[in-house]
Amino acid sequence: MKSRQLFSLACMVPAVIVITAFFLIPAVQLLFIASGGEAGLSRYLAVLTTPRYRDALLSTVALSMVVTATTLLIGGIAGIFLARNRFPGHGLLVAILTFPLAFPGVVVGFMVIMLGGRLGLVGQISEALGADRIVFAYSMTGLFVGYLYFSIPRVLLTVMGVAETLDNRLIEAARSLGAGPFAIQRDIVLPALVPAFVAAGSICFATAMGAFGTAFTLATRINVLPMVIYQEFTEAANLAMAAALSVVLGLVAWAILALARLRGGDNVAAAG
Amino acid sequence: MSTGVSVSLRAIAKTFPDGTRALKPTDLTVAKGETLVFLGPSGCGKTTCLRIVAGLEKPDAGGRVLFDGADVTETEIEHRNIGMVFQSYALFPNMTVAENIGYGLKIRKVPPAERAKRVAEMLALTGIEPLRDRRIDQLSGGQRQRVALARAVAIRPRVLLLDEPLTALDAALRDRLRTELDQLLRSLGITAIYVTHDQAEAMSLGDRIVVMKQGEIVQVGTPREVYFEPNSRFVAEFIGAANVIEGMASEGSIRFPGGQLMLPEPPAEGRCTIMLRPEAIEIRAPAGEDWTGTVQGVSFLGDRQRVTIAGAAAEMIVAEAPNRTRLKTGDRVGLAVAPQALRILQD
Ligand SMILES: Nc1ncnc2c1ncn2[C@@H]1O[C@H](COP(=O)(O)OP(=O)(O)O)[C@@H](O)[C@H]1O
Ligand SMILES: [Mg+2]
Repeated sequence: MKSRQLFSLACMVPAVIVITAFFLIPAVQLLFIASGGEAGLSRYLAVLTTPRYRDALLSTVALSMVVTATTLLIGGIAGIFLARNRFPGHGLLVAILTFPLAFPGVVVGFMVIMLGGRLGLVGQISEALGADRIVFAYSMTGLFVGYLYFSIPRVLLTVMGVAETLDNRLIEAARSLGAGPFAIQRDIVLPALVPAFVAAGSICFATAMGAFGTAFTLATRINVLPMVIYQEFTEAANLAMAAALSVVLGLVAWAILALARLRGGDNVAAAG
Repeated sequence: MSTGVSVSLRAIAKTFPDGTRALKPTDLTVAKGETLVFLGPSGCGKTTCLRIVAGLEKPDAGGRVLFDGADVTETEIEHRNIGMVFQSYALFPNMTVAENIGYGLKIRKVPPAERAKRVAEMLALTGIEPLRDRRIDQLSGGQRQRVALARAVAIRPRVLLLDEPLTALDAALRDRLRTELDQLLRSLGITAIYVTHDQAEAMSLGDRIVVMKQGEIVQVGTPREVYFEPNSRFVAEFIGAANVIEGMASEGSIRFPGGQLMLPEPPAEGRCTIMLRPEAIEIRAPAGEDWTGTVQGVSFLGDRQRVTIAGAAAEMIVAEAPNRTRLKTGDRVGLAVAPQALRILQD
């Protein structure tokens, strides 16, 4: 073997070791645990037939989809605008909007409680205005707000990155052909951003599917898959069921990323 | 097909926000159906001027752009009905060739049947029918150029604006497309403004050439006028090859170190600069000639020879000789020039 090929192989060694140790081995173990014992593969069936598991799966997928759609809408519009316009305070605004990237889920959850918790800002204001005290932090709504908060920066940055590379001549050419602002967004800008949307959206979806810290901070009884998995192996000590649910969660998130990669090209980060 | 409008620029100037004075106040009229070429070195303001006509840049206060006498200075580009071809072509990557060409018609809500017919006409006109369903990234440079042209012409623009449309292509293709483009512009009879830094392109395409330098027009004229009667050293040297030499004029002739030449009417007096095209100098045997020099080098170009001559003037003279004339370094030669081929330059 040529020394150059040896060198290339050697470069892969650390990555292979890490992936084997921290991903492949636990993943295989997870599969064994999930399908071990008397129940065996029927546990996967149980995920779909037991109301508690099925509801958690469905509501997690639904929440992730709503979060993804909302994030793409808000982050997408803001990203296009910020990439195409320069004004005083532009840098500061981007910094503020991308600030949530620095926070772990627990902190995001804490902030949602401060906003919509029992003693939260929204509650106080609504009460001061003579209405009922509005509390939304400890429910799906709270989770939605939290996920939205930390998903927007990712979409914003991805969309801005691609929008900034968009050739301004394309827009000028479209204008010369008579296209107004709406037609330009529809025919030129959005098509160019589809790969960015697919990439950002799938990451956003997968993150929302698996996010745990925020949910844990808000309410331990909230019915999303990561919480159910946690309860299965802590409270119910049902390690096998927790493993089966983990496999399903992983598969759904991975399938979405894989689908996105198929449709959206190369911008999509890892599946799994 | 439409023949477009006349375009008038009145006191058009452009200062960019960073203070760059890209264009000094300029007046110019492009006649209906005329092909006008802006020619000048890179950075002289050609693109800026074209973008002002297009409506992509606003001229400084006081500048006016008129189409057929109507003021369009405040009209946005979307409503000017102009066709634009960019150096980078700027084709829409998410559309096929046919969709690119039909885009302006779709925006104008031309019914699909008529749109398809017009797109087919454009594909035929530019000779790219087989490419109609291709994606843009499946096209060569020359093919892209044709699509860009077809897309701009499809909307039957009032004026066609082309910014260095051939510059991105290799030399052989550029020559071929230049001929095609020339025929197309003539057959459409459209008003066109064409920007280039290539003098050969300017000469073969333009009805008139506007020579620019550092944000200013230095000369406007037909290709023959700017070639034979350049008004400055800059134009003489920018367009074609030129010998620009200094001599002492008196009594109807001009003296150089190697002899003298007759001046055209009206003659100048004293120190003066003249321009001579290499092909206007006839190389003869030295005996009996008023102006002589020594061959310094000969380069054989196939169809002709380029001869460098020392001693005739303070500067080296470049002349052209027929390809079969026997000449070698060190030969003494006589140089004959018809007085009307000699041009006195003012600066
Ligand atoms: N948007 C701009 N901002 C500042 N300076 C510019 C801008 N566009 C062009 N210029 C400057 O204006 C001058 C003329 O540019 P341009 O019209 O593009 O020249 P040309 O097309 O003849 O090469 C150049 O010095 C260029 O650097
Ligand atoms: Mg230019």
